[in-house]
Amino acid sequence: MQLNGVTIDDEFAEAFGMKATRVIITAQNLTWAYNAARAATGFATSVIGCGCEAGIERELSPADTPDGRPGLAILLFAMSGKELAKQIERRIGQCVLTSPTSAAFAGLTEGEPVALGKNLRFFGDGFQASKQISGRRYWRIPVMDGEFLVEETTAVMSAVGGGNFLVLAESQPQALTACEAAIAAMQKVPNVIMPFPGGVVRSGSKVGSKYKALIASTNDAFCPTIRGVTRSQLSPDIGSVMEIVIDGLTADDISKSMRAGIQAMVDLGAARGVRRISAGNYGGKLGKFHFRLHEIMAS
Amino acid sequence: MSSLRLTLRERTAQRVDLAPLTIDRLAGKSLAEVGAIELASGNRRLRVDSLFTLAGTPGDTLEIAGSSDQLDRIGAGMTRGQVVVQGEAGCQLGLGMTGGTIEVSGSVGAFAASSMRGGEIRIAGNAGDFLAAAIPGNHQGMQGGLVLVTGNAGDRAGDRMRRGTLLIGGDTGDYCASRMVAGTIGVWGRVGRYTGFAMRRGTVLLQQTPPALLPTFNDCGEFPFSFLTLLARAWKELPGTFSTLPDAGLRVRRIMGDLANDGRGEILIRA
Repeated sequence: MQLNGVTIDDEFAEAFGMKATRVIITAQNLTWAYNAARAATGFATSVIGCGCEAGIERELSPADTPDGRPGLAILLFAMSGKELAKQIERRIGQCVLTSPTSAAFAGLTEGEPVALGKNLRFFGDGFQASKQISGRRYWRIPVMDGEFLVEETTAVMSAVGGGNFLVLAESQPQALTACEAAIAAMQKVPNVIMPFPGGVVRSGSKVGSKYKALIASTNDAFCPTIRGVTRSQLSPDIGSVMEIVIDGLTADDISKSMRAGIQAMVDLGAARGVRRISAGNYGGKLGKFHFRLHEIMAS
Repeated sequence: MSSLRLTLRERTAQRVDLAPLTIDRLAGKSLAEVGAIELASGNRRLRVDSLFTLAGTPGDTLEIAGSSDQLDRIGAGMTRGQVVVQGEAGCQLGLGMTGGTIEVSGSVGAFAASSMRGGEIRIAGNAGDFLAAAIPGNHQGMQGGLVLVTGNAGDRAGDRMRRGTLLIGGDTGDYCASRMVAGTIGVWGRVGRYTGFAMRRGTVLLQQTPPALLPTFNDCGEFPFSFLTLLARAWKELPGTFSTLPDAGLRVRRIMGDLANDGRGEILIRA
């Protein structure tokens, strides 16, 4: 498939079932909501080494938050509900509870409830107070700047993680420009996050390694600097490859996000150095969700 | 949706227990069967059709027209449906109810919403003493749901209250929130003496500064608590004054007590 001079490979992205939740973080202003949310979603690029994948989903106006203050919705994904519960408690406790003027609320109501502030309340050392409002329980924990308001639980739902696509460009700056355009478009799609720094990963991996201790290693087939010494999938005109990884609440959300991102790259076109779009998979044997690039761009 | 209308023939001399007349208990009965239900009145048993004229079909709504303050325990133990009382109601309105709604156009007697666990009661008139409190022998008063009184409430409103929301649009008598365990009480008018006596936890939100507070309550200062926004938004659809509570910029003075009994309750006075 050729779109605006860009070749869309007949490939598919292979994604996995995950568990996810949404947490709404509010603060006195958006700056402090970002401070809390960035901390809570920091070091959460990949479940391989971080325990969970997390990111800021979108900004929320005061009318859309429970306490009428500016806020952000963050999404957290993990391979199991148990691991996700651990990560939620750790990240909200260390990064949101500690952040001035913050509050945290459940962003999902349907699904298995897991602790959000249920255990964090003990930080109140007996001075914490609970409040049930409209059937939902909140904890008010006294802190030095006032009171940390946190909902008792948030809901966990089944989700999809690992949707991806690769941009193959003539040069590194052109690949990055394409990714920036794609991320800007994908951030408008709800229910998804791109967990890597700025939404982009330059160290795509393959399963396994020559070193027994490693379960994953560099995706040498897409590394331009070793194309002469490995089974490269890069033609001579490709100087740089970058990847965008997407986690979403549903497979449909990931499809929409991928389409928005790829379309943004296609709009730049071959004239801006974007030569190919491809996707990462493991032969279709590991993940039950397959996102075929041709189907996504034809829809 | 079918409804049953009971119109009181005349005000009874003795008090009558209407607890058997709930939506749940009337379900599937014919008008004749409903009319044959016996109600306790002192040491007598009175048939429903000897006290009321009956119309309609038992369903999701029970309407009691021409009601009087002699009719006790209306909606006691109900779990669903709607009870509409035109006129006054006696004691123990909605006793132990777990769901459904009760609307009363007039005033109600003592112990309304006692041991209530869920659902909603709206009283357009006044409420007697021990509103949402524990009946003698019970350790806990209201344990869930919402009670909205447009008028005044008597003494001991919210006594031993454990959970839920009690909103009083008018004034309350003495000992409001006495021995309160938890929950939320809002009073738009004035409160009497000894508010919060022996309260352990819970919130009393006042619009007006009380004349005096017990010496076992300590002032913690003035703050804009975030949870008040959540409360204000939850009350936006209610009729009456509480819907006018601003959901932004609301500051309250927090006074905590009763330090003679745990001391984790709070009286919040709108600044």
